[in-house]
Amino acid sequence: MSTAHQHQPSPPASPPEAAGPPASETFLNGLWKENPVFVQVLGTCPTMAITNSVRNALAMSVAVIFVLVCSNALVSLVRKTTPKEVRIAVFILIIATFVTVVDYAVKAVSIPIYQAMGPFIALIVVNCIILARAEAFAYKNGVFRSILDGFGMGFGFSIALLFMGSIREILGAGTLLGYPLFGANYQPWVIFLLPSGGFFTFAFWLLIFAWWRERKDKRAKATRPEAGQLEAAPQ
Amino acid sequence: MNNVSSAFIFIDALLIHNFVLSVFLGICPFIGVSNRFETASRMGIAVIFVMIVSSSLAYGINLVLLHFNAEYLRIIAYIVVIAAMVQLVEMFIKKTSPALFRALGIYLPLITTNCAVLGVAMLQTSRGYNFVQSFFFTLGSGLGFTLALIIMSGIRSKINLNDVPSIARGTAIVLLIAGVLSLAFMGFTGLGG
Amino acid sequence: MTASVQALTAEKPSSSLYIIGVLSIVSTICGIIIVFAYTSTALPIARNLAIITNEAVSQVVPGGQQNTIFAIQPGGEIKPVTGVGGSDPKLFAVYDGAGKLLGVAIEAAGSGYADLVSVMYAYSPERQAIIGFKLIDAKETPGLGDKIGTDPNFLANFNELEAKPANPGLAHPIQTVKHATKANPWEIDGISGATVSSNAVGRIINESAQKMVPLIERNLDQIRKGAS
Repeated sequence: MSTAHQHQPSPPASPPEAAGPPASETFLNGLWKENPVFVQVLGTCPTMAITNSVRNALAMSVAVIFVLVCSNALVSLVRKTTPKEVRIAVFILIIATFVTVVDYAVKAVSIPIYQAMGPFIALIVVNCIILARAEAFAYKNGVFRSILDGFGMGFGFSIALLFMGSIREILGAGTLLGYPLFGANYQPWVIFLLPSGGFFTFAFWLLIFAWWRERKDKRAKATRPEAGQLEAAPQ
Repeated sequence: MNNVSSAFIFIDALLIHNFVLSVFLGICPFIGVSNRFETASRMGIAVIFVMIVSSSLAYGINLVLLHFNAEYLRIIAYIVVIAAMVQLVEMFIKKTSPALFRALGIYLPLITTNCAVLGVAMLQTSRGYNFVQSFFFTLGSGLGFTLALIIMSGIRSKINLNDVPSIARGTAIVLLIAGVLSLAFMGFTGLGG
Repeated sequence: MTASVQALTAEKPSSSLYIIGVLSIVSTICGIIIVFAYTSTALPIARNLAIITNEAVSQVVPGGQQNTIFAIQPGGEIKPVTGVGGSDPKLFAVYDGAGKLLGVAIEAAGSGYADLVSVMYAYSPERQAIIGFKLIDAKETPGLGDKIGTDPNFLANFNELEAKPANPGLAHPIQTVKHATKANPWEIDGISGATVSSNAVGRIINESAQKMVPLIERNLDQIRKGAS
């Protein structure tokens, strides 16, 4: 997000693709540093609703990556002609189009997966990640970078979904992708498959990341005391 | 699928399958707007209102789409209706009650991307409810959403006075409480008979 | 270039005509994409549906060699059709190699604990009983309610579940009873821990069978002939 604002004032003569940080950074940003789920806490509904098995999490990831990349690309293509007043309407129209495409594509690939995802395919329309990337990135950047950003954010979302899905499936059903892991004597920890398990698993990951960030901050503070104090001040 | 009583649909959407705590719809506002009782209840009322209007409209639109065999336009039609409804509601409230408009503030436009609103429209269509059933389903879902928000705002106002470990501050503690609430709401299962 | 255009639009509002033009162009593009997706996936989706239905039919009536699909008309008559498409409810008659009727598979749906539960079950006119059951689609609670599709004791109920036709409906309504209290051949032994879901299955099958079993009996001659 911040990068998008930074190269806004770049000289008009140079193409936007050349400005700003290298392309790889656009991609990696979404993957880890600005992970849409764990850092920005966006798109929480599918993160918890669709992750009671790794297979569903994978299917959802593919669907979201497709919509995110396509809508970013198309938004970026029409950004110069779209007046500011109606940009949100145009974004929603474009996103809804690609969600409809995904809806039919998933049905064409596998009906059981379609049934497992239920209403959550249609609900990709209101997944905040996609609208946020259209507004914050694709509307201000070139097609190539927007596609990269779509892939980065999409993979970041997938990582989060897989983190959630694998924990919930391994503990809740004793399987991974449907293959039993622990033998017949394992008594599944069903609570992880229930809705409350979704909340607990998500909270668990947020705790882990917060702990990890706090430890890193402490180390930074230990090595560079004056910089550490500056960083800690706003908290 | 069409013979469930409206009363049961209402109770089911309100308690047994609470939209926030068991179907995972509307989590974003649940986390974002549940820190104070006033904002939580106002958001709830606005959502109930938009839900009822847009779900009724979606019911009519679905009939039209089915008549023309154009189900592939359903997603687009629903989201456009919801976005338009939110705009209309915003203008309407601004005209009739500026006080309420100021109170709702930023939460009104945010409702467009509240997945509970689209979710209610989609679910009543896929379950094949008739108009009365879908009305009670919508009402129950909206009230259930508000209920979850209000409960959470009450708990959070207590939590704010406590010493929460630094790493759990913010979203994580809300999610942990939501998990416990979700477990508690499973107790309503018996109401289904 | 970008910045100058954006600066321009930011300064003065665009004309309505321009906005309408942009919106219609974007809508047209979106429309083309949707229509393309819809037409290009129609065939695979129909094929997937047919595969799933055929699999389910061969599971609820094992050992069949040929089958005929009948669409139920609003008046209660049946007529053979070729595909699973169309909105009329359907009967799937299954025959062995010699053309003898083995059973009739029927689709049914109703509300379960969490959402719609769709099932397929098979009726045998010869044994006047339900002889097979398969869960098609359900979002019941994982680990609890979803046992209605996997629990072997529960599924064993449907190896032979009495469904004697009477006038009207069934002689005894099919119903799910508490686990280990099954006393009559028309009762389904429920699953403890999945009461709501297993009750729902009983209710769905009963509702459907009350209508379908008499209908099958009425049209039995036509169904028996179906394969030839």
